[in-house]
Amino acid sequence: MSQSFPILSLMLAVPMIGAIACLFVSAQSARWIALGATLIDLLLGAILWLSFDLAPGAAEWQFQEYAPIFGKFAWALGIDGISLMLIALTVFLMPICIGASWEAIKDRVGEYMAAFLFMEVLMIGVFAAQDIFLFYIFFEAGLIPMYLIIGIWGGADRIYASYKFFLYTLLGSVLMLIAMLWMVREAGTTAIPALMVYDFPVQAQTWLWLAFFASFAVKMPMWPVHTWLPDAHVQAPTAGSVILAGVLLKMGGYGFIRFSLPMFPDASAEFTWLVWGLSMVAVVYTSLVALVQQDMKKLIAYSSVAHMAIVTVGLFAFNQQGLEGAMMVMLGHGLVSGALFLCVGVIYDRLHTREIDRYGGLAINMPKYALLFMLFTMASVGLPGTSNFVGELLALMGIYQASSWVALVCTTGIILGAAYMLYLYRRVVFGDLTKDDVKAMPDLSKRELALLTPIALAVLWMGVYPESFLAPMRGNVASIVARLEPARPEGDAKLALGKAEDTAARADHAEGAH
Amino acid sequence: MTLWDTLLRIAPELILAIGATDLLLVAAFRPGAAGYRFISWSAVALLGLAALSLLGPAGNGGAIFGGQFIADPFATFAKLLIYFASAIAIIIAGRHFERDGQLRGEYPVLILLSAIGMSIMVSAADFLMLYIGLELQSLAAYVLASFARKDGRSAEAGLKYFVLGALASGILLYGMSLLYGFSGTTSFAGVAEAMGDGLSAGEMFGLVFVLAGLAFKISAVPFHMWTPDVYEGAPTPVTAFFASAPKVAALALTTRVVISAMGPSGSAWQQIIIFMALASIVLGAVAAINQPNIKRLLAYSSINNVGFALIGLAAGTAEGVAALMSYLFIYIMMTVGSFVCVLQMKDKDGNPVETIASLAGLSRSRPGLAAAFAIFMFSLAGIPPLFGFWAKFLVFDAAVGAGLTPLAAIGIAASVIGAFYYLKIIKTIYFDAPAEGFAPARSAIDYGIITACAAVIVFGYLLNPWLGQASAAAAASLF
Repeated sequence: MSQSFPILSLMLAVPMIGAIACLFVSAQSARWIALGATLIDLLLGAILWLSFDLAPGAAEWQFQEYAPIFGKFAWALGIDGISLMLIALTVFLMPICIGASWEAIKDRVGEYMAAFLFMEVLMIGVFAAQDIFLFYIFFEAGLIPMYLIIGIWGGADRIYASYKFFLYTLLGSVLMLIAMLWMVREAGTTAIPALMVYDFPVQAQTWLWLAFFASFAVKMPMWPVHTWLPDAHVQAPTAGSVILAGVLLKMGGYGFIRFSLPMFPDASAEFTWLVWGLSMVAVVYTSLVALVQQDMKKLIAYSSVAHMAIVTVGLFAFNQQGLEGAMMVMLGHGLVSGALFLCVGVIYDRLHTREIDRYGGLAINMPKYALLFMLFTMASVGLPGTSNFVGELLALMGIYQASSWVALVCTTGIILGAAYMLYLYRRVVFGDLTKDDVKAMPDLSKRELALLTPIALAVLWMGVYPESFLAPMRGNVASIVARLEPARPEGDAKLALGKAEDTAARADHAEGAH
Repeated sequence: MTLWDTLLRIAPELILAIGATDLLLVAAFRPGAAGYRFISWSAVALLGLAALSLLGPAGNGGAIFGGQFIADPFATFAKLLIYFASAIAIIIAGRHFERDGQLRGEYPVLILLSAIGMSIMVSAADFLMLYIGLELQSLAAYVLASFARKDGRSAEAGLKYFVLGALASGILLYGMSLLYGFSGTTSFAGVAEAMGDGLSAGEMFGLVFVLAGLAFKISAVPFHMWTPDVYEGAPTPVTAFFASAPKVAALALTTRVVISAMGPSGSAWQQIIIFMALASIVLGAVAAINQPNIKRLLAYSSINNVGFALIGLAAGTAEGVAALMSYLFIYIMMTVGSFVCVLQMKDKDGNPVETIASLAGLSRSRPGLAAAFAIFMFSLAGIPPLFGFWAKFLVFDAAVGAGLTPLAAIGIAASVIGAFYYLKIIKTIYFDAPAEGFAPARSAIDYGIITACAAVIVFGYLLNPWLGQASAAAAASLF
């Protein structure tokens, strides 16, 4: 589909203009500008999705734009189904983030909204960039607004958390830049689609893969480089946590599926043991850590690490189910963890503590809240009918074909996940309503309801009819799987179709018995 | 070649030399504020005129004076940056010196003299010409460092700079004499020819001494010791000058010496440059971490930046030199911008303050200035999408292209250390509770400069095609 209208550039321009405008207006106008800009982007995202060509013979890359205005690299945008889904997630969460900050942020509102809008530009840019250096610029630039968001509007220990976030992720990604420079020289192009089909020498792939891995593993985050995440989450304002868990972590998974797997298939196969090993540790270990957390945000942060480990396991299963499952976990987790952070934010705004023990019995005075919180808890656990179930099931099916041991360990993580989430829910929502200040907490306001309901609907939609989300990605995932096929390590499950018994023989057999 | 042709090729130097001597006379006969204003704007005009004259044969006329002096695109690129930075140093100085009652017409004249010296440095194609230019630049700089003569720190800075500078000049001269002794010529081309048949021990010693002397001028580790003290002690406009124009001149000069005169010796100079680059990056990053004084911190930052620029030189290719030239352009923008920001740091009584702690909460009292400061700091740290990233990108790209991937990897990993202290400044500006505010802004010109530099840093990528072309042309003239 040839698209003459530069809708992707427009999607980047709208929040950018909004961000600049927010710096120069009063607090209330900044809120409205930010909401307006994100809603326009949501609308554009919807248009993008609706006009995305799903036909089997459709172009792999759509809405392409190309302007060689930067000398050594170009303003090249374009999306495939995978990018489309992640962009949709971004534009869906952004208005909710703005809404979540509506009353919670009273200080320096203009700058805050500008930082968020700038963040949106960069996130969309990461998923839409088709030039490897343009991607890097968007990817790295995200550090600046996030550093400011955590550092200015964060909690008590915000400065430590902001440093840690910045330096960890920066150290992770700089080596990736050197790898990119090398790759571009080797392949003679900066276009991501061309690089995805270029066969790099196997020897070099190992180094390149490790350089990219350093970056994406930190971003993801994978155990043992996940420690920045709980700190950043706990200290960030609610909306900051939502965007961090909802979209920023997905950049790591996106990086794997866009760069590591198709560009270095041999090295990816060579290093599956590493990814699997780290993921298995992450699933079990961080789930256990989550079980003993006293701080709600920290608990959800650790649960994010565990969920992201399911993603990496699915990605490195090297088959269609695994990759699709990983993508679905990413989308589902983006919604659910975002919603959970919002739920924490709701009660934090009322009581100003994240300590689990300070709450209890909220089902009595906040029934609406209890209901929605329950839905998201169940979704996080992976209850059938919710978004995460689809993804986790697919990812685990995928990994089972590759390694049943990994599947076994990761499934344990799901059980542990149920344990810590239900335990959290019990302590916060059930029990007796004994504390006076908790008793005084009002139920969800209209604004809060308006934030959580769309996510709840999306979670159910994704759980009940995942085909809407799987369809755009299927072709792209298939081509990545085809690219990986020659390098795919042999699985230990050796699945084979069962032999259907000859019905005639069975009939004879049945008759003979009489 | 007629005399006229020759004169046209040294037009910028002539304009500046004649203008500087005339202005010196004006300074002698018209002291006071009005005279100062006249002299400083005339000096800026002269620099502009000199830059304009580069459009003629002075920009790309080739060698004159028997091959001692060369007007090529490489020199032109460097000269434009030098004139720009010198002009800024003159423009921003007035308000700073006015308050101390040190408004003396010698300041613009000294900057002009220094600019002539730098002009000659970047055009020199002979070791003697190099030395003349270097000394002219240095002598003017020694005086400038101690320009605030009632201030003990400034006098100390000048003295320190002079003694260490003289030592470095001696080392350089010794190296040059060795090279002359073993190759029989002082011209770059002649030395290169002599080195072509293998490096004799004497030439090797000469090369090492020359590079050591030049390392002092660009303040690369291990010859950087003077930098923090001089930067801290010198008046802030002078520090801004030291951190910009002479850096360009000395780096361009080093590049020409290395490529044109020592090119054939190959790995001999490359090893030295690689060591200096890595040592400067690491030391510049680590030593800055606990600096409470912003000028000292920026001194270490400049050492750090020289290290990155040298990575481009270490590549030794035309691409590497082009990357270095682009680096200098971007570096000048960041440095000028951040020093003009530092100039705005004045307490309620108008006294300049230099501690980083005094920046606390600047984002509340002066949001515009704070944003500009943050832009320059993020850019110096090399975070995209700011232009400082592109500077580092280019030098690392050149290093990878020359097969120096490990060097690039180590260098970029070390840049993360440097990011820490830039972040610290941003943290102070944005996260900390407000300290006592600064005196309100007074100068539209300063704000104009800050805005212009910040605009280049933010929108710089649109300049890429032009910058790439210009720096490639500059580099091509050395090969």
